[in-house]
Formats: sequence, C-alpha cells, structure tokens
Amino acid sequence: MSATVGPAAILVPSLRDRLLQASRQTGRVLRREPTVLVGAVILAVIAFLAIFGPTLATTDYTRTDPVNRLIRPGAGHWFGTDTSGRDVFDRTIVGARLSLLVGFAVMAITTIAGTSIALVIGYSRTLDSIAMRVVDGLLAFPTILLALALIALLGQSINNVIIALSITGTASKIRLVRGAVLTLREAQYVEASRAIGSRIPRLIAVHIAPNTLNLVVVQATFTLASAILAEASLSFLGAGTPEFIPSWGNIVANGQGAVQVAFWISFFPGLFLTMTVLAVVLIGDALRDYLDPRLRGRLVRTT
Amino acid sequence: MWLYIAQRLLTSIPVVLIVGIITFSLLYVAPGDPAAIIGGDEATPEKLEEIRKQLGFDRPYHEQLGKWSWRLLQGDLGTSIFSRREITELIKPRLQPTLSLGIQVITFSSLLGISLGMLAAWKAGARLDRALMVFAVLGFATPGFWLAFILIWGLAVNLDWFPVIGYSPLGDGFFKHLHSMALPVIVNSVLASAFISRITRSAMLEVLREDYIRTARSKGLSEFRVFIRHAFRPAAIPVVTVIGASLAGLATGFVVTERIFAIPGLGRMLVDAISRRDYPIIQGLLMLAATFFIIVNLAVDIAYAYVDPRVKYK
Repeated sequence: MSATVGPAAILVPSLRDRLLQASRQTGRVLRREPTVLVGAVILAVIAFLAIFGPTLATTDYTRTDPVNRLIRPGAGHWFGTDTSGRDVFDRTIVGARLSLLVGFAVMAITTIAGTSIALVIGYSRTLDSIAMRVVDGLLAFPTILLALALIALLGQSINNVIIALSITGTASKIRLVRGAVLTLREAQYVEASRAIGSRIPRLIAVHIAPNTLNLVVVQATFTLASAILAEASLSFLGAGTPEFIPSWGNIVANGQGAVQVAFWISFFPGLFLTMTVLAVVLIGDALRDYLDPRLRGRLVRTT
Repeated sequence: MWLYIAQRLLTSIPVVLIVGIITFSLLYVAPGDPAAIIGGDEATPEKLEEIRKQLGFDRPYHEQLGKWSWRLLQGDLGTSIFSRREITELIKPRLQPTLSLGIQVITFSSLLGISLGMLAAWKAGARLDRALMVFAVLGFATPGFWLAFILIWGLAVNLDWFPVIGYSPLGDGFFKHLHSMALPVIVNSVLASAFISRITRSAMLEVLREDYIRTARSKGLSEFRVFIRHAFRPAAIPVVTVIGASLAGLATGFVVTERIFAIPGLGRMLVDAISRRDYPIIQGLLMLAATFFIIVNLAVDIAYAYVDPRVKYK
C-alpha cells in the first residue's frame, strides 16, 4: 500500500472508511427522511415473510380444494380463497420468498458480471468495441420480449427466469458502468498513479473500481425493483414461475378471470408486489440523493 | 446535417446485424435439439423431421443464418409452424390494434407527463410538487397488470363505464373503438406519464438555473412566458429522448394489457406463439420489435440534430 501514500490516498477514502461512514450516516438519514423509514419497514416485513412465510402458512397452499373456492376474506381466510380453493393469504406470504429470491439473484448476477466486464473492457479498445456492439444489440430488444423468448426455449423454471432477466440486465449495467470507467480513466489522480508506474490491474482495483461504487450501488436498487416487477409480469403472462409455485404474478393471473366475483384473489398479492417495489424504489431514491445528487434522472428502468 | 444523418445511419447498421444474429442464435442457446424444443414432448419423429427440414436445421449454422438473413432482407419473415401461413400475412391484421394503442398511449402519456412535470417544476419544493413526485414513484412501482385489474374492478365491474374485455376494430366506428380501448390506454398512459413527468421536472429545473432564464425574468416577462417560451424548448430535448426510449419499455405494458383485455394485437400474438412454441413467429416478432425501436431512436436523434444545432458538433 505504500505506493499510494500521497495525494491519491488523501483524495480517495478507502472502501472501509466509506462503508463505516455510510453506516454511521444511515441512522441519521433514517431519522431525517421518513420515506426511507417507510421503505425499510416494508422491506423488513417482506423479508420476514420471505424467510418464515412457508412456516407461517397454516394451510396447504398448493393443494386445491374445490369445495372451499372463492370464499370471501374473513376470519378463516384473511385474504379469501382463490378459484381452486387455496388460501390467498398463505400463497401471498409464500410468494414473497420467490419475489425476493429472483430479485436479489438478478441484482447480484447483473451487478457482479456487469461491473467486472465494464471495468475490463473500459481498458481495452478491442474488447470494448466488440462487447459494446453486443450490448447495443441486446439492449435493442424490449427486455420482456427477449425474456419471454428465452424462457420459451430454455423451459419454464425459476432458474431460467433468473437467467433470462440477468442477460439484458447485465447488458444495461455494462453500458452504465463503462461510461463511468471511461470518464474516470481521464481523471488526474488516475493519470498520476499511472505516472508513478502503477499497472492497469492496480489502476482498476485501487482507483477506478471504488469510484464506480456509488453508481453501482444506486443502480443495483433499481435493478432489484425492476427484476421483481419483471418476474411478476412474466409469471402473470404464464411464462415465468411455473403455476405450481405461488408467485405474486401467477396469483394475480389466477384472480384475473374471477374479477367479477372475487376481487380479493388478485388484489392482495398485487398490493404486496406494489408495496415491495415501492419500498425498494424509496430506498434507492434516498441512496441516490445521498450518494450522488448528480445521478438524478440518469437512472432508468432496467434489467 | 446530412453528414450527421449519414453517420447515425451507418452506426445503426451493425446494431441491426447484431440484433439479427442474436435473434437467430437464440435457438442454439438452449441445450439439446432445437427441433425437439419446438415440437414439444408429444412430437412424433416424423413431425421432428418436418420441423428440421422446414427450419433448415439439417444445414450448417452459418448457411442457415445466411439464408435467414437474406429472406429477411426481402421482407420474408418465414412461415408459422402452427398455422403454416406466412408470418407477414399473420402480422397484418394485428397491426391496427397495437398501433392504435401505441399512438393513443404516446399522445396521452406525453401530454399528461409533460404538463405534470412542468407543474411540479413550477411549484418545486411545494406540496403540489411533492404530491406529483409521489405519483411518479407510484407509477414506477405499480405493475401494469395490477393497475389494469384495479381499473377493471372499479370502472368496468362496479361502475360499468367500460367493457371488462373485448375489442372493437376501427371499422366498427371511431368512438366505439376508442371506448373499447379506453382502459388499456389509461393503464399504459398513467404509468408512462409518471416516468415522463419525472424527467420533465428535472430537465426543467436544470434549464431554469441558466443565466438566460434570469435575464428573461429580470426583463419582466411573466413566469408563464418564461416557462413556455424560454425554458420548455431546451428542456424538451431530454424529454423527447426519454419518450423515444420509453417506447421500448411500453412493450411490457402492451403485451400484458393486450392479454388482459383480449386485444388481438402483436403482443397477444407473441404470447400465443410462445405457448405454442411457434418459434418462427417469436423470431419474426422479436426482429420486428427490435428494428422498430432502433428506427425510433434513430429518428429521435435526427430530429434533435435538426432542432438543436449543438448536437451535430458533439
């Protein structure tokens, strides 16, 4: 580490310092920004359901029970029962696990893959021009259409939903982070480090990567929100999570045909979905304003 | 100007090529025999052989790709496996519903989104602004299929203002057509306008910080005039790009709403093709959608260069 003692070390706080500072300030932000608190509370509840949902369920939420179909919400069934007599409350809380699983998996894959690819290609003109053509090609497709086509070919499973959503998600992340890398390359402290003989891997690891962190973290929250929505849309269309696994998207689809007689089947899981995405977006917005107000307006719906 | 247009056209060509290669190669990302995937579990060996022949799987990859691209250039999207009809013929009757939905959604979401965004920028920081930004965040978080459900339940089932589902083509009369499309148009427009209003607000706030806005205000122009004549025109540029880009985002909404409201458009065609594993149709529609969005983005860029001379020299 002795090589960085100098202006560069002063200007660029270490990753550890940043994380410490961030955690110290989180408490302050929570008190000052009520929306973040709201988002955090909702997410905590959903995370709790995702972990304990299947244990909390009091009925067999996969077994159909035609005698008890379309029961109104009440003491026995808080959210009523669906068109096959399954308890909507149990299916909804179990669906939380699937939503978060897909959301976080897509977020992790696209963030790690997208950022590492962007860091490498930002330093190689040949790789960059090849990779960016592929990225441009992938981003020309509307996400959901490409995902639908991929799932039609790979087969309908949770893993394939994650794969399909990660492909376009990674492409958009590469484009975003690469832009930041190209700007950072020209920064004076990077040039200074190069002047004293740092090699490219070191430049990337010590100077460039840590400085893309804000952008990556903020964009990751939006990826999480978009991936949760996209999984639900695919499952709603009958092309995402297989029907036998409860997912907010396929529960809403089950109730769609029964809208005239049983609004509760679609209403509650849709509400949970909207609240979850809202919570993630509220936290993401606050993070963005806190980490880098200049990013305003640059973040768009991706995955 | 012409040089710029030529440059932009040239840079789009490789993107279209890559899009073609990706669309074509998708069949090969799945493990196993593509003919078996299309045929499904119940396909007989003769059926598989027929699929292989029809799609040319018996030829080497590059030869297939070459043939497919050549036919595509002549406007031939291939033949459906399920109905054995030309895909271009199948697409034609599906264009009207989707185009009508698209035109209405773009019109309403732009009008609504831009006015709300300007209103928010005008009252920046005030209660109205905060309320509008809550709307913007909600518009991002609400899934289209759930909003559609809520509106059907509220406006169609309980109030009986609109049909629950069902589509009347333009041929049945203009107003009947609009009436049957009202709910899908509302769902997509509300969600899209949330996003547009957010971008309009931030673009307006950025422009309002410029020196010439201070000049315009200090020479005594009314705030209304400053907003419309001096601030909106430069702010419109990022807004138009966003509207262009959000068209691709609308694809999800269209696929979902066409299914919910039983609108016989292209989105519905895609979902049906997927459930039947009619791969030539999936390929054709993917290619059509991607090319369409590339052309839209190209048109937006060129329109800009025309409006804003700064773009050409970047």
